Amino acid sequence: MRSAVVVFPGINRERDMARALRLISGREPALVWHADASLPPGTDLVVLPGGFAYGDYLRCGAIAARAPIMDAVRDFAAKGGLVLAICNGFQIACEAGLLPGVLMRNAQLRFICRDVYLRVERSDTPFTRGYNAGQVIRVPVAHGEGNYIADGETIARLEGEGRVLFRYSSPDGMIDPNWNHNGAMNGIAGIINERGNVFGMMPHPENHVEAAMGRTDGRGLFAGLVDHFKVAA
Amino acid sequence: MISNEPTITPELIAEHGLKPEEYERILKLLGRAPSFTELGIFSAMWNEHCSYKSSKIHLRTLPTKAPWVIQGPGENAGVIDVGDGLAVVFKMESHNHPSYIEPYQGAATGVGGILRDVFTMGARPIACLNALSFGDPKHPKTRALVAGVVAGIGGYGNSFGVPTVGGEIRFDRRYDGNCLVNAMAVGLAETDKIFYAKATGVGMPIVYLGSKTGRDGIHGATMASAEFGADAEEKRPTVQVGDPFSEKLLLEACLEIMAKGCVIAIQDMGAAGLTCSAVEMGAKGDLGVALDLDNVPCREAGMSAYEMMLSESQERMLMVLRPDKEKEAEAIFRKWGLDFAVVGETTPTKRFVVRHAGAVVADLPIKELGDEAPVYRRPFAERRNERELDASSIKPHVAVADALETLLGLPDLCSKRWVWEQYDHVILGNTVQRPGGDAAVIRINDGPKALALTADVTPRYCEADPFEGGKQAVAEAWRNLSAVGAQPLALTDNLNFGNPERPEIMGQFVGCVRGIGEACRALDFPVVSGNVSLYNETNGRAILPTPTIGGVGLLDQFTKSMTIAFKGEDETIFLIGETRGWLGRSVYLRDLCGREEGAPPPVDLAAERRHGDLVRALIRDGLITAAHDVSDGGLLVALAEMAIASGIGAVLEPPPGILGHAFWFGEDQARYAITTKQSQRVLERAKAAGVPLVPLGTTGGTLLAVAAERPLRVDDLKRRFEAWLPAYMAGAT
Repeated sequence: MRSAVVVFPGINRERDMARALRLISGREPALVWHADASLPPGTDLVVLPGGFAYGDYLRCGAIAARAPIMDAVRDFAAKGGLVLAICNGFQIACEAGLLPGVLMRNAQLRFICRDVYLRVERSDTPFTRGYNAGQVIRVPVAHGEGNYIADGETIARLEGEGRVLFRYSSPDGMIDPNWNHNGAMNGIAGIINERGNVFGMMPHPENHVEAAMGRTDGRGLFAGLVDHFKVAA
Repeated sequence: MISNEPTITPELIAEHGLKPEEYERILKLLGRAPSFTELGIFSAMWNEHCSYKSSKIHLRTLPTKAPWVIQGPGENAGVIDVGDGLAVVFKMESHNHPSYIEPYQGAATGVGGILRDVFTMGARPIACLNALSFGDPKHPKTRALVAGVVAGIGGYGNSFGVPTVGGEIRFDRRYDGNCLVNAMAVGLAETDKIFYAKATGVGMPIVYLGSKTGRDGIHGATMASAEFGADAEEKRPTVQVGDPFSEKLLLEACLEIMAKGCVIAIQDMGAAGLTCSAVEMGAKGDLGVALDLDNVPCREAGMSAYEMMLSESQERMLMVLRPDKEKEAEAIFRKWGLDFAVVGETTPTKRFVVRHAGAVVADLPIKELGDEAPVYRRPFAERRNERELDASSIKPHVAVADALETLLGLPDLCSKRWVWEQYDHVILGNTVQRPGGDAAVIRINDGPKALALTADVTPRYCEADPFEGGKQAVAEAWRNLSAVGAQPLALTDNLNFGNPERPEIMGQFVGCVRGIGEACRALDFPVVSGNVSLYNETNGRAILPTPTIGGVGLLDQFTKSMTIAFKGEDETIFLIGETRGWLGRSVYLRDLCGREEGAPPPVDLAAERRHGDLVRALIRDGLITAAHDVSDGGLLVALAEMAIASGIGAVLEPPPGILGHAFWFGEDQARYAITTKQSQRVLERAKAAGVPLVPLGTTGGTLLAVAAERPLRVDDLKRRFEAWLPAYMAGAT
């Protein structure tokens, strides 16, 4: 799997992401600068990583969504290429029109960093095939603006088309406001676009990929992607 | 000289924080009256914050050397060798006054400043810690200060992209008018690629990098060197505004040009901005510096030389670059969207010459600006030590179980989760131990080594007996590192005190520094960097003496780091160390008996060393399953924390012949609580090492049951432990 991690100024989890990709795919990802006009030839997966692109000034993701590289990312997605957008990347993808909805300030109005539980809603996508549907994984979040909101029609579509892939849940998989740290509608932690090739989520699976560091719940996402491309090849 | 400058009057001199005799010294040094800009430069260089004029002679007594120390105090940060060609660069610094005036920006720029100190030396920051002291929770300002400071620290560190992994927080009415915000940053560099401030070579270009200069923070360092009066809030314009986004760009750009070999010398613009950085680079290299302010990138037009020289706008750097690499460096800075301007050059004259709009606005002897700063041998009165309090004279008015429930819910002892969850503590993917334990553990790159990091001090001990208090702060940091299995290597100190012109405050300072020095020598734990913050007083009332110690230790195997949580059922619990039941200055005495008296617990440094060495050996050899330093609140609080961290209970039996409240809540030093499945082997090892080992009971169940006391549910204790701070911050208490 050839991955390209897009680096906007102010992005700060590109190293975490690069390590996860290297450990699980066995291949060092390319780091692509925001001012570049194109992606490396042969890219399988584009990653919009976490951080504070352009300081999150104006509005999270708003400036990054208009960076030169984003035209290439949109083209790549339009041709069916897989895009993984994590945390700030998710915010950027929403601002860029690659995914519907918006990430508002956390309901408690504070930045929150803690491990959360996610219920995997579907396992038949390239992004979640490494998990079983209904499985609960534990991964960290670290964001101040992760409260997913969209209009009623959009939410109804997302739910109706099974496009919610991860939901904040209790450790035993119950959807419960007490386990929804940021107030996201329907506990939405991650969604996929209509075509099924652009996926955005707030939590950080890339920070739970090493057994020696305590937890490996995030591995499934990357391992699933690697399998997807193996099968495709 | 520019003619429309203000006339130098005694009032203007006083406004610049200069004493009449200091001004006399300036006149003698120059042989003429200074210009307005020159007066500003002197005030910036000679204030307490930049010159260490009251503390210098005492700081010189601290041990700063060890075979693993690469750079001790005097540079932007201390540097130690951790093997494999890698060095750890770290320092702690205060941002107390700015944080009291404008909590969010004050704390944020405190973090920004200390991060810059670390990456200026060529290190990539890998962790931050902070030590915070706030006033009485009931004081009307406290809640807003906590909220603002915590949000500011998080706002800067989270955006910059460094994990904030540890620290401490206390509440005491003595900080009502003067909170303390001490921020520590730790970075990683290659031992042969450390960068220093010392300029070399004449005629070398001096380059300004980073953000533009604005009118913010003018006289910040002078403000930080004076007491607060009732007008504290009018000083808000002296607080700088932070931009973590620019700092992140500055980090990446600096590391990139360093890797390309462009940099001869580098100094960040922190306190006293352009003045301090330019003077230090020249003075350290025995060179003069000529600056042309017309080339300084400014945020607004019409800034005067005085304003440019004293601005503390953030995210700026000054460098001496290799002339042949100047273009390459410029291209890298432009790529990151940062300002790059040649603003001067090094000269052979040892003069600091500043030009603006065609005129010379300052022409000063560069060495004297730093070296000839006044040094004071201030009179001091060391406090007479209080006598030891007899534990039997303290009549417990609540049962041990009730006392524990109360203690765990106190502001000083309760969980600080509400705070550290606002800090990204997992970014970079190397956080082995998150906040909440004895020390944070951060893997070095991909391992196998790891750093242990902690920040500690017990101000109530320091006030009662500065010498023992100074020792204790170092010993507790050393103990916290040992408790996770790390070999303590070196420390940074952040010495927060009141007005040094008062002999009793100077006495606290001198006593604490003596105690710190004594402990550092006994524990082989040198001081490699630090910061002094004096004049922490409001309306004549000083803070508690607070010499915060930031300790760094090294683990050979990150997978062997030890945590405080009980690990399983039916394990034996031991106490390492001797318990006399020392209640003087304890939390129990203060918060349950309403008494602040007696001598604080003495620190036997030889015992500290023996006990810590044993704990580390037991961890290394896999003989114990949990370890926890026993400190604030005493043994039962420590054991309750071990239970809460795991959800596992314990059955506990105190040894005979000691009063229950003194045994469970005394704060004797050099103690650890441990658990093991191999009690016989642990007993043998302790005996061989000559370390007292007291069996306390067994882990298991869901209750914390002390013999003859009401058993307590661990989940209920956890609720109490977690409840206070969120409720307080929500305005519910």
